[in-house]
Amino acid sequence: MTSVVVKDVSLSFGAYDVLKQLNLDVPEGEFLVLLGPSGCGKSTLLNCIAGLLDVSDGQIFIKGKNVTWEEPKDRGIGMVFQSYALYPQMTVEGNLSFGLKTAGMARDEISTRVARASEILQIEPLLKRKPAALSGGQRQRVAIGRALVRDVDVFLFDEPLSNLDAKLRSELRVEIKRLHQKLANTMIYVTHDQIEAMTLADRIAVMKGGVIQQLDAPQVIYNKPVNRFVAGFLGSPGMNFLDGEVEGGAVPAFGIAGTKIPLDRYGFDHVAAPGKAVLGIRPEHVALGDAASTMPFSAEIGVELVEPMGSDTLVWTKLGGQSFAFRVEAERHISRGDRLCIGFDPARASLFDGQSGKRI
Amino acid sequence: MVEQVFRAVPDMAAVAPATSRASGLVGPSGPRPRRTFSRRNIFIYGTLFVVAIYYLLPLYVMVVTSLKGMPEIRLGNIFSPPVEITFEPWVKAWSTACTGLNCDGLSRGFWNSVRITVPSVFLSIAIASVNGYALANWRFKGAEIFFTVLVVGAFIPYQVMLYPVVIVLREIGLYGSLWGLVLVHTIFGMPILTLLFRNYFASLPEELFKAARVDGAGFWTIYLRIMLPMSLPIFVVAVILQVTGIWNDFLFGVVYTKPDTYPMTVQLNNIVNAVQGVKEYNVNMAATLLTGLVPLVIYFVSGKLFVRGIAAGAVKG
Repeated sequence: MTSVVVKDVSLSFGAYDVLKQLNLDVPEGEFLVLLGPSGCGKSTLLNCIAGLLDVSDGQIFIKGKNVTWEEPKDRGIGMVFQSYALYPQMTVEGNLSFGLKTAGMARDEISTRVARASEILQIEPLLKRKPAALSGGQRQRVAIGRALVRDVDVFLFDEPLSNLDAKLRSELRVEIKRLHQKLANTMIYVTHDQIEAMTLADRIAVMKGGVIQQLDAPQVIYNKPVNRFVAGFLGSPGMNFLDGEVEGGAVPAFGIAGTKIPLDRYGFDHVAAPGKAVLGIRPEHVALGDAASTMPFSAEIGVELVEPMGSDTLVWTKLGGQSFAFRVEAERHISRGDRLCIGFDPARASLFDGQSGKRI
Repeated sequence: MVEQVFRAVPDMAAVAPATSRASGLVGPSGPRPRRTFSRRNIFIYGTLFVVAIYYLLPLYVMVVTSLKGMPEIRLGNIFSPPVEITFEPWVKAWSTACTGLNCDGLSRGFWNSVRITVPSVFLSIAIASVNGYALANWRFKGAEIFFTVLVVGAFIPYQVMLYPVVIVLREIGLYGSLWGLVLVHTIFGMPILTLLFRNYFASLPEELFKAARVDGAGFWTIYLRIMLPMSLPIFVVAVILQVTGIWNDFLFGVVYTKPDTYPMTVQLNNIVNAVQGVKEYNVNMAATLLTGLVPLVIYFVSGKLFVRGIAAGAVKG
């Protein structure tokens, strides 16, 4: 059963179209991440689902009910904001119960729900404190609790971890995932952080310019991006892009500055016409040394720059005159000026059209 | 400029110890030494002192004169402290000074001013804060135009509107009454107060407002339960602006009221500018001080909050 359905939704501020004819189906219990750079419309879409923004066109359904014209409180949603948005003059308990009191709920029902939510999130010792006396992580936990007490079907997260430092972020990320496994609610999560997206999502919707570029499982998006934008947005360090030309013939190949990369093992989406193209290779798909020589493509390169990252090392070089990076184990000692043999399997690469940037 | 810098160097070297007390490090270490009697300091504090004297002297003269008897004043030494301190002028200014036919001093005007200021301040702030909140958070159709019209209203000189307002008040039967003046003050305070509140509410995080909406709070619940408790500083600013503005108002007071309902400022003018009889400088000074006392007290009580509120509104808007 579908939980949230977005049908042909458009939104414009004056002449500027933020969302363009957007469609989205979220099945019950799914963790969907909306991922994209700032200004891509992901937060706007979330606000439309929440009912905080009126859509210019289209419909929104939650649990099969058309809620396009409903107030936020009547949509069965709970929302968590980036800045926590806790009411500063109320205690944690007051923050959690504010919505329930506004709805005119009975006193003992309110305390039962507050107790349950604070137990799940382990914020019971904080109930009498004001938000100013809490740390960032505790505040965000209270903000999640405020959505939790409402006992709703759909949780909306608007970049909830962006204000936290790196360590807390990874801790709360795990907690949110655990929460989802426990509650099995539908969750829609907006972020510009690709690691959050990869780790949390059942499915990721990568957005750009108010349009969903690709909607699929994280692994599919990572390994088979539909266009150059998606390929470049996911992955850190980012994918290598080599400009070159697809050459026809008996064995299709990709040519850059005199080097030929055979494409016979590459899974073409459709038959490629010869012409300008971009070959994308992730740095971790590159092999080194003996392993490289067994690959369908290998070449000898000179090391230009070494970036040790602790768990592994990133090595920068030039391939066919273009900047190229690859990952090696941290134990390998590589220094500037070394000559190495690297290779990769074109089957794991992505080939994009030079003009449209679409996957070939 | 360059010359000054060069001259400062030997000074500093003379003051700075060659080695650090703690660890024996050679060369400059720890806090940089600063001289109390540098040329810069003397200039700054000297200027501040002169300016302070300049502003405080008239006040001193007023207080001193108001405590003297008329014979002493006639000697002409306006800066000398009173030989014989008398509170007679204060009593007279408050309770027996004559304005026209009434001889009950400023007390009448004081209570008139209180009866004008309290409801005007309350009404104007209550309405303007809701206006500002609606403009900042509930962007209704035509909000921008409404706001522009309101702000333009703040720049129209009052003189232009004096006579039309007389006619309006006459037509609704409030001309000459205290409530007529309350209405005028409430309306004329609207542009600047609405602007003040709108900017303050716009500076509060928008997500707070969104969160309250998701929690099911409506227009008034959000205003009363979320926005009001966060807005003490801006309310203090508004109260100070309005109390001093309305209390010190002369123009509207003299135009829209009758002798019976004159506010304190108009009465003060009538006492000080009386053409008949002896000019009683001591009474005039006492009367002026009495009239100025209310805004002064307001500033002293809430000065700190005032500064905080002005700064809070100024950050974003």
